[in-house]
Amino acid sequence: MDFLDVILVLDSTVRLSIPLILAALAGLFSERSGVFDIGLEGKMLAGAFAAGAVGAVTASAWLGLGAAILASIALALVHGFASITQRGNQIVSGVAINFLAAGLTAFLGFAWFHRGGQTPQLPASGRFQGLVLPGAETVRDVPILGPIYSELISEHNLIVYLGFLAVPLTWWIVYRTRFGLRLRAVGENPAAVDTAGISVTWLRYQAVVICGLLCGVAGAYLSIAQSAGFVRDMTAGKGFIALAALIFAKWRPWPVLGACLLFGLLDAIAIRLQGVALPGIGEVPVQFMQALPYVLTVVLLAGFIGKAIPPRAGGVPYVKER
Amino acid sequence: MRLTGLAAIAALGFAFVGVTGDVRADDVQPAVVYDAGGKFDKSFNEAAYNGAERFKQDTGIEYRDFEIQNDSQREQAIRNFARRGYNPVIVIGFSHAPALEKVAPEFPDTQFAIIDMVVDQPNVRSVLFKEEEGSYLVGMLAAMASETGKIGFVGGMDVPLIRKFACGYVQGARAVNPDIEVFQNMTGTTGAAWNDPVRGGELAKSQFDKGADVVYQAAGGTGLGVLQAAADEGKYSIGVDSNQNHIHPGSVLTSMLKRVDNAVYEAAEDVKNGTWDTGVKVLGLAQNGVGWALDDNNKPLITDDMKSKVGAARDGIVSGDIKVHDYTSDSSCPVS
Repeated sequence: MDFLDVILVLDSTVRLSIPLILAALAGLFSERSGVFDIGLEGKMLAGAFAAGAVGAVTASAWLGLGAAILASIALALVHGFASITQRGNQIVSGVAINFLAAGLTAFLGFAWFHRGGQTPQLPASGRFQGLVLPGAETVRDVPILGPIYSELISEHNLIVYLGFLAVPLTWWIVYRTRFGLRLRAVGENPAAVDTAGISVTWLRYQAVVICGLLCGVAGAYLSIAQSAGFVRDMTAGKGFIALAALIFAKWRPWPVLGACLLFGLLDAIAIRLQGVALPGIGEVPVQFMQALPYVLTVVLLAGFIGKAIPPRAGGVPYVKER
Repeated sequence: MRLTGLAAIAALGFAFVGVTGDVRADDVQPAVVYDAGGKFDKSFNEAAYNGAERFKQDTGIEYRDFEIQNDSQREQAIRNFARRGYNPVIVIGFSHAPALEKVAPEFPDTQFAIIDMVVDQPNVRSVLFKEEEGSYLVGMLAAMASETGKIGFVGGMDVPLIRKFACGYVQGARAVNPDIEVFQNMTGTTGAAWNDPVRGGELAKSQFDKGADVVYQAAGGTGLGVLQAAADEGKYSIGVDSNQNHIHPGSVLTSMLKRVDNAVYEAAEDVKNGTWDTGVKVLGLAQNGVGWALDDNNKPLITDDMKSKVGAARDGIVSGDIKVHDYTSDSSCPVS
């Protein structure tokens, strides 16, 4: 494995970790406000389907992205209504959303497109294409830095760059704005926030809607940026991996980036090492390589990160004392 | 036991809803049960759909079809069609075999056909294809079109059937260029591997990065991701089952045709004409059961030299001068 191979694996890592980053940040907003959300998977799936379907019908990537965000926010509001207004169990509501999205997207896909739940292949205008950054071609032959710039940094689509920008932005919102302070407070001690005269309900709804927005973007990335159409169950557990990354990162934005890049790297390595003979070991069976990310997830979560303490008011519906 | 009872009740309910009228078993009333990829997968199932449509146009006889959404529906769908008097009932794909094995003895007067798998029952016709022969030809085309001397293969689920595609492809490529390097990847080991275009695209990209410039896919819906990746990277891809040349004109070099449409058409036609026979049918190049696609979309990519070489190889295979090894015959491939 030479230098260029490493760059290509990292390039693949970037592509594979973006949906994890977006979904984990979505979970961060929701859970920091005290609303646990295991429905990330379902919201991403709904977003992916909406983007694929609208993109196929209108041939516009932007309309697809808009539809993905709307679909995902709609599900987020269902979760919000159940767990904030109705004070229901947040885990049950999240599970319900996952089931709803898995069934509904497949059903609507069947009914509308007759392709076994897939949406039609998108034309080029219906997708977010890779952007070649200025100068990428000219520096390609420069040693070390050339490939890093032209292969690793350039030629990703818009959502990839948005995903990476979302990390500092999230950090800034959560730690440097008044909204962020209140968000963190409402997840730790909603009664105090309420005493200060701020609506707990309104704050949590805002957080849930932001969560829906980010999940929608993550879903759109899967169906109209990374591939060219929606396929049944295409999130393939990414929502849960994102949740694992969020816990792994102890609900903080920068560690979320690190955790998601790690999981993306494992996935990329699993794909690239398939059928490659490793020195001293020989060819590793496909099954092992595919199980590796999950095995490592368990090992890392079990042994290496220490105690992850969730926001104290997480999972508890807020009831005003009367 | 209790579960089977429940399943039976569920199946009965399913059948009950579907009862429409009295249809005699010797009427021609074809029914098609597609595999999980869905009717319009632009590949395997769509080929079956095209065959059924052609039969309808030629004869004016209507057919019914069903797209399964999960594994438990296979048995229900087949039994339901048989109970309602459809004949023949044509099931598409090897995954239906256990269900058909169970249902076929229950309806001895109904004729069944299954594609891609042998079901040993007196009223079942099992249609197999010599995919290795068609893959041999597209392997030759890939080797002739490749400038880097490296080509790739992306399979769907890692099953002997898909290894058979890969093995034929490598043999064909080696016949043109004995030193050619072939990268082979399988998408996964479960049914989900047929429906994962993201992973398919990543696998194709990894092969392109290693220097391949033609990639052949036999991966159902996953394959669409492979074709997309090739189009995005400006490389060549090879489609499978149906003619996929039109999906990305100029990038899809050719498609390995598997004439599932002919098999479906013939099954219906044979029942209609009273020439139905059961047992195993193997369709190869000689029977036009497999082949490669040449149309307006890929005409500029195929030179006369390529055409004549592939034509000669085809004749050689039909006459028996060229032997193409069948992976499924001994579960191994002489080349890799």
